Amino acid sequence: MTTVINSLRQQIAICEASLRELRQQLADAEHIQRQQEKASRPKNPLVTDPTDPFDHDMNFGIPDDFRSEIFAVLEQEVKSPVQDDSAHYIRWPLERYEYKRYGRQLIMPEIGIQGQLRLRNARVLIVGVGGLGCPAAAYLVGAGVGTIGLVDGDVVEESNLHRQILHSTARVGMTKVESAIVALNSLNPNVNLVPYTSRITPETATSTFKDYDLVLDCTDNPASRYLISDTCVLLGKTLVSASALRIDGQLMVLNNPPLPPGDTNGGPCYRCVFPKPPPPESVVSCGDGGILGPVVGVMGVLQALEAIKTLTQKPLAFEPPSLLIFSAYSNPMFRSIRLRSRKVKCTACSMHATITPEALDSGSLDYVQFCGSVSPIDALTPQERISVESYAKLRSGVNPFTGTVSNKDNHILVDVREKTPFELCSIDGSINVPFSVVEATPSSSNNDMDVDEEDWIAQLRRSEKPIFVVCRQGNDSQITVKKMKQLGLDAGGKRYIGDIRGGLESWRKSIDNDFPEY
Amino acid sequence: MSNDETIPITIEFSGGLEILFSNQKKYSLALPAKDESGEPANVAFLVRHLCDKVMKDPRKELFVLDDTVRPGILVLINEADWELEGEDKYEVQKGDHIMFVSTLHGG
Repeated sequence: MTTVINSLRQQIAICEASLRELRQQLADAEHIQRQQEKASRPKNPLVTDPTDPFDHDMNFGIPDDFRSEIFAVLEQEVKSPVQDDSAHYIRWPLERYEYKRYGRQLIMPEIGIQGQLRLRNARVLIVGVGGLGCPAAAYLVGAGVGTIGLVDGDVVEESNLHRQILHSTARVGMTKVESAIVALNSLNPNVNLVPYTSRITPETATSTFKDYDLVLDCTDNPASRYLISDTCVLLGKTLVSASALRIDGQLMVLNNPPLPPGDTNGGPCYRCVFPKPPPPESVVSCGDGGILGPVVGVMGVLQALEAIKTLTQKPLAFEPPSLLIFSAYSNPMFRSIRLRSRKVKCTACSMHATITPEALDSGSLDYVQFCGSVSPIDALTPQERISVESYAKLRSGVNPFTGTVSNKDNHILVDVREKTPFELCSIDGSINVPFSVVEATPSSSNNDMDVDEEDWIAQLRRSEKPIFVVCRQGNDSQITVKKMKQLGLDAGGKRYIGDIRGGLESWRKSIDNDFPEY
Repeated sequence: MSNDETIPITIEFSGGLEILFSNQKKYSLALPAKDESGEPANVAFLVRHLCDKVMKDPRKELFVLDDTVRPGILVLINEADWELEGEDKYEVQKGDHIMFVSTLHGG
């Protein structure tokens, strides 16, 4: 039976892979078709008007030479009342569809005809097409920004869809940039979209940014935030930067006005506000911390708004620098903080800047190293760790080391994920001690008699059964094992405490395929 | 002036820092008016006070590094970046609202 199941699984995987391939090809083909249609659309509106019966007749069943003759005559007739095309252009600076499509923003004094022309002539680069980039791109494409560049090296995953609103279920597996272009083209086919399907690097940053007027930082890590800010300072671009996690969001318009490094009248850059990167262990991703869709959506929409404001503003009408803090469960939800001006000793935008175009382009600036990274946790000896296979045997009552059969309840399984994910799914019989509680516990078991031991420690101390610790991926569980030993729960080495290698992800892959993946 | 005089202030944590402070976002605090050496309480003293007296979490390095607030945390005094107010030398005033904001990176 297992061979049948395995073979079916394999076949499904193959079919899914080719389905993904086909979808990608379809999107590419559709994209090319649209581009061709756009390119082949004749200048003379008469030719493509499907409601015109004459036009229809001309396109069906009439010899080519006859048709071109007729058109030549017609073209002259059309031109006769107006002198030429350019005169028509001066009379109505926007095309007819633009008055209709953008009418609701055109009639506002904040935009008007000048603002719309500025938007049409503008080139905006959106770095990151995820939770921030999707809504930001949707509103900028909707508003009629002339050219929009999209940078992202990732592919669409199912867990993106609750917040990354341009992608769709059918496009899981497609690159985020391609997927976004499909959605944005159907929203507004008049915008020129430029795809960049690789992650931004120091080597590519300058050449990618140089042709744009404004940059939106919609990325998700400190290294790219410093890189994007430095590049914007060196090239004199204003940067609209936003971020979000869980229920909070932050927004800043940086390097605004985008004056050359050393000019103290220029707006502060990311390095002025955050000269040093945060310790890597304090950086939490949306995958680990969670994110509420509308929270990151609000921040992305605000980026689009700031971009429109910046692109259409009257010259020299600059707002003082500020940080907008959004907190979905606080009252009030929004708060604006006055920020500092350019830092006198900023390494990027001051007279003393050490970050130069040469240094950036040569790739000698290592942003990943600058921001550091959390090295994979390897805190335990092999004896303190158990594979999911061995643990599964142990649960079935067989001792994986001696082969003897014993009581199933011979151990305690501690799950150290937070309470909410633990309530989503857990291994039968496990008890929950959230990692935040473990970490908040002082590691030395101080002998102060007046300090009550925390409940979870007291509970585990009451038993002598071996303890196995599990978490999502097998990192927090190792730290917990260490902590438990520091707290003396191993009775001086007499009691076994170990972690389950690879955590619940390995458990799902190797033992229990029904265990939910989240 | 007695030694146990205090200054009433409001402290707020945002961007996830509240996790280090028992998941409580807002604190009404009575800060001693003088620091250890009898000088008027400034923000540097407030940070030490928070670390020693308010923060129960043992991971002090996620709040303070090299005797100052760690990189990636903005300190805002009455809705303004503390760099506009003299950073940690700013002398705390009655009724001040001081906010610690951890930067977010998700997107």
